[in-house]
Amino acid sequence: MEEIDLLLLFDAVLGFTLVWLAWQTLSSLDLFRAVVLFIAFGLLMALAWVRLDAPDVALAEATIGAGLTGALLLSALAQLSARQKHESETSLFLRLTLGVLMFFLLIGLGYIVFSLPPQALGLSVEVAKNIELSAVANPVTAVLINYRSYDTLLELGVLLLALLAVWSLGSASTRKSAFVNPVLDLLTRILVPVFILVSGYLLWVGAFAPGGAFQAGAVLAAAGVLLFLNDWHLESKYTGFALRSVLVIGLVMFIAIGFGFVFLDRVFLEYPPELAGGFILLIEAAASLSIGIILAALFLGRDPSVKSDSCSDIDTGVHK
Amino acid sequence: MTPVFLYALVGIVLFSIGLYGLILYKHLLRKILAINIMGSGVFLVMVALAARTEEGVPDAVPHAMVITGIVVAVSATALALALMLRVNEKTGQAVLPEDRET
Repeated sequence: MEEIDLLLLFDAVLGFTLVWLAWQTLSSLDLFRAVVLFIAFGLLMALAWVRLDAPDVALAEATIGAGLTGALLLSALAQLSARQKHESETSLFLRLTLGVLMFFLLIGLGYIVFSLPPQALGLSVEVAKNIELSAVANPVTAVLINYRSYDTLLELGVLLLALLAVWSLGSASTRKSAFVNPVLDLLTRILVPVFILVSGYLLWVGAFAPGGAFQAGAVLAAAGVLLFLNDWHLESKYTGFALRSVLVIGLVMFIAIGFGFVFLDRVFLEYPPELAGGFILLIEAAASLSIGIILAALFLGRDPSVKSDSCSDIDTGVHK
Repeated sequence: MTPVFLYALVGIVLFSIGLYGLILYKHLLRKILAINIMGSGVFLVMVALAARTEEGVPDAVPHAMVITGIVVAVSATALALALMLRVNEKTGQAVLPEDRET
């Protein structure tokens, strides 16, 4: 009994820390401090997911939510001028009024959640009953790629759309770091192969344990971010068709396999149970490759095949 | 109070704090952080409520939805940051037009 109390105490401390970090993120006037606190917030969120028995979500949060979002935020912050990195104080009247309004919102939402029944099965019974048919043992992977594959298919589309929008905005500012830190350089050479290996492992293990296409893609993207920080870049002969085909391969593979079985008298995205395992792995492999490259490209923030004056010297440079 | 409702409560508080920050602060980077915190709050409520099953095996459907949500959130954040940098480049200030200091 005492052990349960200790765990509840841990939950309470974690919950309080999360709220405090969120509050500090929003109220500290220095934006750099805010971003760093937000990254810490993301890492503690991963801990909360573990406590809620959601290790798949924890992996996704630690790699994507805290890691990649943090890298994106820091890189955007670095491109703002020093004057823009601080914020002026807001008026007390506005803060009090909003505070009271948010308090009422909190009471309302709290009332709704606490009036829900303490026990609810949701769809867990259905998921467990059909797990044999889905050909994967990890229920979260089964839901993502088999039961609710529409969500995942459209999500790949959302990722691609976001990248297209970022590219068409054509951010002119490029990172120009002539100095490459030798320690970072050495570390990258060691870490990137390890990341690729971990990514493959997460992809494979996702069939029966926490892991899967998104986590594998995120680790791949982290390798890409590390490479970009070292001033690495894709050779220009690969930035055209080759890069674009890797970006869309996840979506194309998903749709192709989804439609493939339509001709065998099945509905769109329905796989025959005896073949599902192989096809799910195929879709996941293509999807994680696409997700990884799209996320890394979002970090770079510009179309590498477009040569502007500021980056022409980079694109024609030697391949490292 | 059970851990499930404790985390659901934390999620609600995070959502409210995020909305407060989104409305109150003018800087676009702060607004992006606030939206991300609101999203985390929603995810926390969803996953907490998914853990209300009897036999201790949580419902996998909300988990999968939250993973999808995290990936969509990061792509939306990347797009929002690119838009912010573009606004900053054009106007010299990373704020919405009505908040601009003249």
